[in-house]
Parts: sequence; structure tokens; C-alpha cells
Amino acid sequence: MRWSLILGGVLAGLALVAAALSFVWTPGDVLQISVAEKLQPPSDQHWLGTDQLGRDMLSMIMMGARTSIAVALVAVGIGMGFGVPLGLIAAARRGGWLDEAIMRGNDLIFAFPSLVIAILITAALGPSAVNAIIAIGIFNIPVFARVTRGGALPIWTLDYIRAAQVAGKGAGRISLQHVLPNIANLLIVQGTIQFSLGILAEAGLSYVGLGAQPPTPSWGRMLAEAQTMFAIAPHVAIVPGLAIVITVLGLNLLGDGLRDALDPRLRRSVP
Amino acid sequence: MIETRDLSVSIGTREILRDVDLRLMPGQITGLVGESGSGKSMAALSIIGLLPPGMQAEGQVALDGRNLLTEPEIALCRIRGHRIGMIFQEPMTALNPLMNIGDQVAEVLRIHQGLNREAALARARDRLDRVGLTAPRFPLTLFPHELSGGQRQRVAIAMAIAERPDLLIADEPTTALDVTTQAQILDLLRGLVRDENMAMLLITHDLAVVAGIADRVAVMQQGVIVEEGPTEELFRNQRHPYTRQLFAASNHQPRLVLKPAEAKPLLKVEGLVREYPLPRASGFGPAQSWRAVDEVSFHIDQGESVGLIGESGSGKSTLTRAILGLDPLQGGRITLDGQEIRAGRDLAPKLRAQMQVVFQDPYGSFDPRWRVERLVAEPFHLTGRPRNWREQVAEALYDVGITGDAMRRYIHEFSGGQRQRIAIARALIIKPRLIVLDEAVSALDVRVRAQVLDLLAQLRVSHGLAYLFISHDLSVVRKITDRVLILENGKIVESGATHKVMEAPEHPYTRRLIAASPQIPEGWIAHE
Repeated sequence: MRWSLILGGVLAGLALVAAALSFVWTPGDVLQISVAEKLQPPSDQHWLGTDQLGRDMLSMIMMGARTSIAVALVAVGIGMGFGVPLGLIAAARRGGWLDEAIMRGNDLIFAFPSLVIAILITAALGPSAVNAIIAIGIFNIPVFARVTRGGALPIWTLDYIRAAQVAGKGAGRISLQHVLPNIANLLIVQGTIQFSLGILAEAGLSYVGLGAQPPTPSWGRMLAEAQTMFAIAPHVAIVPGLAIVITVLGLNLLGDGLRDALDPRLRRSVP
Repeated sequence: MIETRDLSVSIGTREILRDVDLRLMPGQITGLVGESGSGKSMAALSIIGLLPPGMQAEGQVALDGRNLLTEPEIALCRIRGHRIGMIFQEPMTALNPLMNIGDQVAEVLRIHQGLNREAALARARDRLDRVGLTAPRFPLTLFPHELSGGQRQRVAIAMAIAERPDLLIADEPTTALDVTTQAQILDLLRGLVRDENMAMLLITHDLAVVAGIADRVAVMQQGVIVEEGPTEELFRNQRHPYTRQLFAASNHQPRLVLKPAEAKPLLKVEGLVREYPLPRASGFGPAQSWRAVDEVSFHIDQGESVGLIGESGSGKSTLTRAILGLDPLQGGRITLDGQEIRAGRDLAPKLRAQMQVVFQDPYGSFDPRWRVERLVAEPFHLTGRPRNWREQVAEALYDVGITGDAMRRYIHEFSGGQRQRIAIARALIIKPRLIVLDEAVSALDVRVRAQVLDLLAQLRVSHGLAYLFISHDLSVVRKITDRVLILENGKIVESGATHKVMEAPEHPYTRRLIAASPQIPEGWIAHE
């Protein structure tokens, strides 16, 4: 089924377009406080209404998308940048002490509840978007290491790897030339899913005040600040909540769709 | 009796089978032979009503005056396993690994007879006894992983015959098995058909297997049965041109190549030992190991073709890996051209470039994401890529008969035989002196195999190559080697000139192997 790919792409694309557009244009200025216009419901002037300080909600959501995407993207980058090489090394030295050391190190990180440790890290280093990125990124490393190793192990048993060995190629070269391209689809899919988890984690950290600091808009903090006003102006909480739900749902669908599209075993083939 | 009348199968507008008529009589074995892609398996699947989705069957599959093609699925479920049983090629995946063999056989009986577990298990015991897995040695509580390939195939047969079906369909039942095991399974099948008065449809690509067991033979080409008749008559007459081609190919003798008169030894293997550590019996017990290759010594001269014959588990793969310098040794030495081969980085690229390899599986031996030119050029890693590497790749491809725009294409665009030629081109590209052929023609159809054997013989002359030809198939080894080594349990038990060993085997194991290899009886087919 291709609908999950299309729907996921459209939903996740919305956040991406909003973030990109925010660099050149937003309907209002997010630094402009106008208490007179606070907590207005959606109208012609403010499509999604205004918040408790009278800022345009649509602009806040667009700027918040930028924060969410930046944090998640860099965090996934950290995870891939360290995790994939570690996984490739572990697979190349499968059964050896290095494999054992890498995988047990992974288990160690997995053993901690990630959000609690992220809170610890940001609490220790001070709350900021950068520290949130580091905290989320560290927990992405073992995920990518494990997926990479798992995907690489069966590839190492194939004859074209033996042919490359007979051609005198070492484990590093074989990992880069033969193994990595053949597990790329796995990593793309996992990347999409980790990306959505990263957005959730950033929202979570910002919600408890440990992520992006004011005045940088963030979906999580918008949600936290709107909490007390839910009875008077529900849209202030609903809008950032919906933004998170739609983006995460979109990315998950996209991940599922990509897996089906990229995995030849799930592809319907007509002989 | 079950028969098919005008059975046709199509997918969309493409016809896979056309007007297949088969009469499967009780107590008779009908062999259905053909090359891969000829539609033999589709014929079997349409009889049992298990065609893949998207395929339509027309015509009739008649059982007791009913047409199975029009029966609803629920009726077919009562027929499958009860009136028609089926066994497949791969015994490793045909059984559920989490269920013991007693329950697997009993399950069939419980579904169709509604027996309770005890009664079903008692019947299962009886059926397993019948297929040669007798009581004290093979309790019902064994799991598939505790059995060998041949034993698993016996369990699969016990499941298929548990209900004493009218028809047993066997789709390449012995292709994945060793020759000695194959002979036993064929004996078992023949006995079952006689004792239980079943009809059997035996699907195979191997004419020699059919010659030994089938009463009637049907030859299939591109979904059409081109010739059908009693086995001996069909073998002797071969009326249809395609039948003649098949027989000629399976009987094909590539040109004879004489090794150079004064050849120096190229590869020398002396006292080779390769051990694997086993888990300790107890926490403080002595470390144990298993010798996969035990004190093996042999040599290959320049330009010589040497066959290495062994069954699965005999240590041939381990030996191959050691010779290729992929694994460390626990004893002995291997020298190529006087220089020692050691595993790992110590092996000088120049030395490694003297030796290349062709693997069995034409599908797994190429990276699917590389173009052919890059695949074939990979061994240049050893020698440095020359400036005219593209021309050299084209030349190597030309040498193996692959021309046109092949270089820019991906490997999935080629057939099995073409891929094997490309694999040979990859081995040739850096002009080695020894090519290790690891079951290199075993996965190919007879006509393609004949062509590849011709190619190998011709390359031996034009390039002065030496071959180490590793195979389980004696008939192929006989055609292409000067000398042969017989490997059993990691030891070479017999060696000598190929024709001598084949005609007057001395070691009992060699005799067993030769006796077990299926052969078309002398005089059934006239030679080319």
C-alpha cells in the first residue's frame, strides 16, 4: 500500500514547509508582545488566534517547527554519525571482543530510561536547545548501532563479500563499499522513526522547561504555557498539540511507507 | 486416479502453462522434467490448488469426477494432505522449528481424522517408522534442528503420506540432498508408491533421477508438455527436438584438455588442519575442538584441473576458505608458487592475485547495487586499476561470451547462466593461474551447464588456467578434471586420475558414492 507513504509525506511535509517558510515570512512577529490582543480565537487577522501575550499563534507554530526539526535532525545526525560506524565495526568483527564491547556499551545506554537521563543532562549542563540535542542524540546512538549491526550480519555471509575478500579488500573497505549501501534503506527507515521520536523528546524536554529557552518558540513550551489557560482559550493548547501529533504521525507513516517501498521482500513482484 | 485435462495457467495475459494433460495412475511414478522456469512447479501447485495470488488456472484437475479447479477453498482444504500430499525441495524450511516431529506428523491426522492427541501420535509413530525414522533412535519428541537434511526430508514425507493420499507430489525432493542421501530417499519413495498404491508426480531437472525411478516421463518446455511416454521408450526414442537437446546437454562432454607435459606444482597443501572450538563440556573441563579438515595434503600442477568431491559436512567449504586465505590454519601449510598463504593482511596482493574463485549461487555472488563493469573490475583492487580497465573488463566479458551493453547494467537483469559467466569473467580479469570453482555449475540447468563447462575447458587452453573443481556431483567432475580427490569427514580417503578412480574405486566410501550417483542406464541413449 502506497497511501501511508503519500499521507506520511504530506503530513511531515507540512511541518517542513512551515519551518522553511518561517525563515522568509511569518504572518506576525513572534517577538512582538501585544497584551491588548491576548487569547483571541482564530480570526481573519490571526488564523490560529493569539496566545496569552497576544502573539500570532500561526507564526509561533511556524517558528516552533523550526526548533523541533532542527533539534530532531541534529539528534538523528549524532545518532547516525556515531551509531552506524559502531554497528558496522561490530558486524565486521562479529563474535570478537570489539563486537562484544560495542554491543555491551549499547546495552548500558539502553538500560537507562532515556527521558530521565536527558533531563539529568540538561539539568547538569543547563537548559538549552543545544543540550537537548546532545541528550537526545546520545540515546539515538545505540539504536542505530543495533539496527546497523543487525542488518549487516546477514550481508556478511553472502558470497559477494567473499568475492571482495578474495579481491584482497579489508573489512573497512567492504563495510563501506558493500555492506553500507545494502543496508541504507534500513537506516533511512529507522532515521525517519528516530526523527519523529526526536520531535517528541524535544517537545517533552521543552514542556518541563529544559529545552529551547524563551524567546525561542517551541511546541513543547507553548503547550506547557497554555496548560493553565485551557478553560478560557482552548485553542492555545490545541494548536501546538495538534502540530506535534500531525508531525509525529506523518513521520511514522512515512517510515512505514518507506520500509514497504524500499524493502524488496515486501514489494509485490510480477515475474 | 487424478488427471489434468487442458490445464492452463496464466498471470494477466501471460501464459505459464498451456494444455497440460497428465494422467497420474495409482502405483505409478510420473516424472515431470524441464529446466528452471519451464512451469513444472506451477503444474504441481495448480493440481493442489496453491497457485500464488494473481494466477488463474483453466481446464480441469479431475479427482473422482470432480474438477478441483472449481471447488471452493474449504473443500480443497479437506483434499490437501488427505487425498493429495506434497513435499518440497528444501527440508530445512519445510518443518516448523518450534514443534517436535511427532506433533507435526500428528497434526495432519488430527486435522483430517479428528483424532485425539494420543491416537494421532500413535499413528504418527507408525508413519515415521515407515519412512525409516524408527522408534528407539528417533523419538517423537525430537525437534527438526536435531535431524540431518535427509532425516528432515523423511519427516516431511511422513507428513505428506500420513493420510495415505492418492497422490504424492514431490517437487525436487532430493535436489538439496547429498548423493548417498538422495539414493536412500528415492528408494523410500519408490517403496511407498509400491506398498501404498499411491500415484506420484516427481518433479525434477535431473534426467538420471527420473531414469532410475519413474514409470512414465513428461518433458516440459515453456509451460507445454512436448513429449510424454514410458520412461525407457522416451529415453530411447527422444522424438521431440527439445528432448534431444536436453539429453544431449546432460550427456555433453566438453573438449578434452591435456595438461602441459612438464608442469611444475602450482598449489601445494601439506598437512592442513582446521579446527573449530567447541563449547566446553563442563565449566572447568578441557577446551574441546572439532577438526573440520584433518591433515589434508595434495597439490595442483600448473594448468591442471583437480576435482574435490565430498558431501555436505565433509569439510570442502572449510578447505576452500583456507586455500583462499580467508581463515587461519591450526596446522600445516599452503604454498602457491612456492610462497606461503596466510590468512589476513599478511597475504601479499601479488600472491592473492594468482588465485580467484567462482561460487555456486549465481544470485548471491554479486552486490545487487553495483553495475557489471564495477563488479567485474573488483579484483583490480589487488593489482591496481589499469588505465584501460574498461577495455579489459569488456575483453573478459567477451571471453565468457557476454557482449553488448552488459557493462552498464545491474546484475538482476541477467539469467543464472549469464551471471555465472560474469562470475568467471570477474575471476579472469586479473589473469590468475588458479581458479577455485566452488560448486560453480551445480545451480545451473543442464543446457546452460554444458555451455559453462565448454567455456571452462576452452579457457583452460587459452589462458593456461589450473582449476580446483569442488563439487558433490561426480558426473560433472568426471567430465572436466584430470585428477580427483575424495574427501570424507575432513580427510582425503582416495585420490588419483579421474577415470581410474571413477572406474575402479578402491576406498569403500568412494564406492558408496559412485553406487549412489544416479545414472541413465547404459544403452538407453545413443551418444552424440
